[in-house]
Amino acid sequence: MEAKDSEFTLSRLRVGERGVVTSLHAQGIIRRRMLDLGLVPGTVVESVRRSPAGDPTAYNIRGAIIALRAEEGCKVYVELL
Amino acid sequence: MTQVTQITDLNEVVRKAAEYRETQDESVRDRIVSNIYNEAETLASSVVSHLERRVDWDRKIDNIVTSRILGYPLMLALLGAVFWVTLSGANVPTDMLANFFFGLEEHLSALFFQFGAPDWLHGLVVLGTYRALAWVVSVMLPPMAIFFPIFTLLEDLGYLPRVAFNLDRAFKRVGAHGKQALTMSMGFGCNAAGVIAARIIDSPRERMIAILTNNFVPCNGRFPAIIAISMIFLAGGVISVYGTILAAAMVVALILIGISVTLLVSWLLSKTLLRGEPSTFTLELPPYRKPQIIPVIVRSLFDRTLFVLTRAVIVAAPAGALTWIFANIYIGDLSVIGYVAGWLDPFARAIGLDGIIVLAFILGLPANEIVVPIMVMSYLAAGSMLEFDSLLAFRQLLLSQNWTMLTALNFMIFSLLHFPCGTTLLTIRKETGSLKWTVLAATIPTIVAVLVCFIIAQGARLTGLV
Repeated sequence: MEAKDSEFTLSRLRVGERGVVTSLHAQGIIRRRMLDLGLVPGTVVESVRRSPAGDPTAYNIRGAIIALRAEEGCKVYVELL
Repeated sequence: MTQVTQITDLNEVVRKAAEYRETQDESVRDRIVSNIYNEAETLASSVVSHLERRVDWDRKIDNIVTSRILGYPLMLALLGAVFWVTLSGANVPTDMLANFFFGLEEHLSALFFQFGAPDWLHGLVVLGTYRALAWVVSVMLPPMAIFFPIFTLLEDLGYLPRVAFNLDRAFKRVGAHGKQALTMSMGFGCNAAGVIAARIIDSPRERMIAILTNNFVPCNGRFPAIIAISMIFLAGGVISVYGTILAAAMVVALILIGISVTLLVSWLLSKTLLRGEPSTFTLELPPYRKPQIIPVIVRSLFDRTLFVLTRAVIVAAPAGALTWIFANIYIGDLSVIGYVAGWLDPFARAIGLDGIIVLAFILGLPANEIVVPIMVMSYLAAGSMLEFDSLLAFRQLLLSQNWTMLTALNFMIFSLLHFPCGTTLLTIRKETGSLKWTVLAATIPTIVAVLVCFIIAQGARLTGLV
């Protein structure tokens, strides 16, 4: 697990910002769900909108709008584009 | 990986693969999925081309329906609008149907007397069975025929996932799943459907919470009764724009109470019987689709309206007959119903209701649709009601039985919060496979309903409001 300054996660993306997935820090079923959604290294993800309550956040992942809670978002490491 | 060994036995291959997977941890799966996506991307980019879209309507609509300022008010307004349309649209047909059925009743009665049928036969068939049927159809059919298509349109449009998106935080806080907002929405149609819909929640703990609390959303068997009572007591039984808006606001307020209770009970459950951390949550916000209006209306009319109505009628007919029998068998100078209702009365009064209302809710266990017909029939057997063909007549009947604003409010609250109907309980038994949880699914709401009604009744009496 590379510990460079790319320790930036999906949940820290502001609405409108985009990032490239570098790695997933989740195990088991959560990791599998994320992979199924297309969150693999190299995927470009855009933060689209936040729920009026502040959480979850909706992301554009390969053309689908998927909402993730902050708990999940902070497990996806991205590089800010 | 470059090492090649020849294996011929299939079991050996499987064993080797499992062994290999053990040592490679997650990385193999990652690489496989990555490769699949890369492959798909390459393929797609060579054959799929995207049209330049002029306006991204989905994004624009979502900006409004999930906006910080407008998101929640819009949800409420939409809910209010749906119920207002249902209420004001259902009024006239309800009165017309009631008029028609009770006009027919006179002819039926005349026919019975013409053939010299005995009183008990006329009572059982006309005053019992027929009346219950007439009531179920005229009170239930119009709201259902309006509500179901509107709701199906919203469903088809793709609005419901946005509701889940807006409400997820609240559900997370109480330890429940964001998709519970979706199963709750299904509950408006039918709680049994809502219970089945809880399958979309993967975590067993959160699914159980969704199942146990689905009942706090008023289903189609209940909200026509709630609508009727709020029309009677808030709009005075007269159709006016002001009155229907007030009645719709009352229904929305009740639903908000239902949602609050849902959250509260979910929280209590996840702190006690169903302890645990919220699981993961991923929810797709699909593109909006233009609903196919005609097919939706036809489908919801036949699949839902007629289905639910048939179920109600099947239960209502024998229930009507039974109620008539019990209202006309006397022990001493009290009918069986009068006797049981009298026995229930002290308890019922304490929670702001009366014995007959509580009895009607208990006898209404097979289907909530028959609660009002049973109540009306029991009142009729006791009182002296002549014409009974409109909401106004219904209002007079209730007032003659000493209904107050408190009785009306607690009737609605009790209807909202009490034990689920028999069909829902059977569905819960099937879905959970456990008698224990089914019993809890009946007891928890009952305790909540009694408690809330008790507090309201005592509060109103202490403060001298009633």
